[in-house]
Amino acid sequence: MNGGASDGIQAAFTRSFGDFMLQVELTLPARGVTILFGGSGCGKTTLLRCVAGLEPQARGYLSVNGEVWQDDASGRFVPTHKRSIGYVLQEAALFPHLSVRQNLEFGLKRIPPGERRTSFDQAVDLLGMRPLLERSPDKLSGGEQQRAGMARALLTSPRLLLMDEPLAALDLPLKREILPYLERLHDELEIPVLYVTHSPDELARLGDTLVLLSAGRVTGQGPLPDMLGRLDALPGFVDDPGVVWETRVSSHDPAEGLTRLEFAGGGLWVPLRNGGLGSRLRCRVLPSDVSLTLARAEDTSILNILPATVLNVGGTADAGQVMVQLAIGDTPLLARITRRSLQKLDIRPGVPVFAQIKAVAFLD
Amino acid sequence: MLTLDVNDLKAIWLSLKLAALVTSLLLVIGTPVAWWLARTRCRFKGVVESVVALPLVLPPSVLGFYMLLAMGPNGPVGAITQALGLGLLPFTFAGLAVTSTLYSMPFVIQPIQNAFVAMGSRPLEAAATLRANPWDSFFSVALPLAKPGLITAAVIGFAHTIGEFGVVLMVGGNIPEKTRVISVQIYDHVEALEYTQAHWLSGLMVAFAFLVLLLLYGLGGGKPKVPGP
Repeated sequence: MNGGASDGIQAAFTRSFGDFMLQVELTLPARGVTILFGGSGCGKTTLLRCVAGLEPQARGYLSVNGEVWQDDASGRFVPTHKRSIGYVLQEAALFPHLSVRQNLEFGLKRIPPGERRTSFDQAVDLLGMRPLLERSPDKLSGGEQQRAGMARALLTSPRLLLMDEPLAALDLPLKREILPYLERLHDELEIPVLYVTHSPDELARLGDTLVLLSAGRVTGQGPLPDMLGRLDALPGFVDDPGVVWETRVSSHDPAEGLTRLEFAGGGLWVPLRNGGLGSRLRCRVLPSDVSLTLARAEDTSILNILPATVLNVGGTADAGQVMVQLAIGDTPLLARITRRSLQKLDIRPGVPVFAQIKAVAFLD
Repeated sequence: MLTLDVNDLKAIWLSLKLAALVTSLLLVIGTPVAWWLARTRCRFKGVVESVVALPLVLPPSVLGFYMLLAMGPNGPVGAITQALGLGLLPFTFAGLAVTSTLYSMPFVIQPIQNAFVAMGSRPLEAAATLRANPWDSFFSVALPLAKPGLITAAVIGFAHTIGEFGVVLMVGGNIPEKTRVISVQIYDHVEALEYTQAHWLSGLMVAFAFLVLLLLYGLGGGKPKVPGP
């Protein structure tokens, strides 16, 4: 799509409201989904608004794939309507005086035909909007409105997609309805996406890069699999997101109803999956589904036993439990075990162990 | 049977003409003012709002008196109109229109301003992220979303102008086909003890006012939209 030099996103912003201060400096990849993660009030929405140009009082610098949108040093500030962004908000903010079709065409009509990379039909089909086009936005369900908001944003053929908790206002069934569309966006879009969320589930499903924000500062950033393998991956969140592995289907065993997945450092048996050999599958292993042994257990029902090395041990919110950080080759894994087991097995950094994986969740 | 004479009909026609002109002027002038008041963080906003709201609390004769002076031969407006070769405005239809526009200003600006405030900044931000420049957003998003407020403003502005009396007497006087509107005509009938005709015109005014209010309250889902007092 973009053959020229692309140097990703460089952003540096300072913005204060009362006693809150956002102060961030980030370099983000030119492709894939970057998750801005943090609790409420950490500044993630403000950061997104700064990128969109909706916070003109913010001081700083922003360039997106080589285009400078803000540079206070030279006095450059590109107004929002001249930035090639697609912005999806928590509530879809559809225009109530226009039909769904007119909403989708609103941005499309305002960009020159030569810059249209996403056709009306593509966006409509990607987000399943075809049967809803002639309706009024207030006749759509919350999930349908959100899909319409996404289609409308995509139709401006943005160079950068900004999504501010697009699922937060939806209840669980609607989230389940929309997530597959977001995963398709993730797989089919070639542009960078900044995705604000405080949901570990969305983060694990959609993210490629993770930026942690707390009290207006960046407290950590890196590739999502690495970040989730850290002991302090998502501080303050009780439900562990678990590690995320990118795997490939290596074989099927229909007789026994199993599929073999390979990843950097090992392989896994999982219940039989659809999907051709070599197809990518993102899966998640929760720390509570991993137990540790010093010797490989032979008389066990657990299929997936992988040799691993202990990297570190950390506390959890629960005084009786610890989090063990492991590596299977280069692949990170976390295990949540009791403090008593930790002492009984004498688990310390550097010790080789066997990780027994009881369950694997699929994210695609 | 209807006992309106030709002068009554002329007065009705004049009132309608005046109200239509004043309403149009108010929408054209009032909408940008309402927009500014709804969006600005300027510290003089309160001052401007107070000035706009003055006719709500001032007796019409006060406003009429100052406008009479301002538009007179020694007033600033009079100096301008004379320099432009327009002559003097007091006791003309144009002068009446200018003064009525000022007098009905709050009734038009407030509903429009409320509509702009109620929509919030979100639709405009959404429009900006969809490549609409500020003018484009104003016409394609803000105005359509403010339509109920604009309709309320136009209806109230029109009705309020039709019902005007004090201002008319001060700057318009009582000149047939120029400044003798319905309210003045009723006054004349009563002065001349022509109660039948006064009844007919007054009854028409009551019916008209009731219909307008019914339109606003009754069809608006019971929500009062009329600015006070």
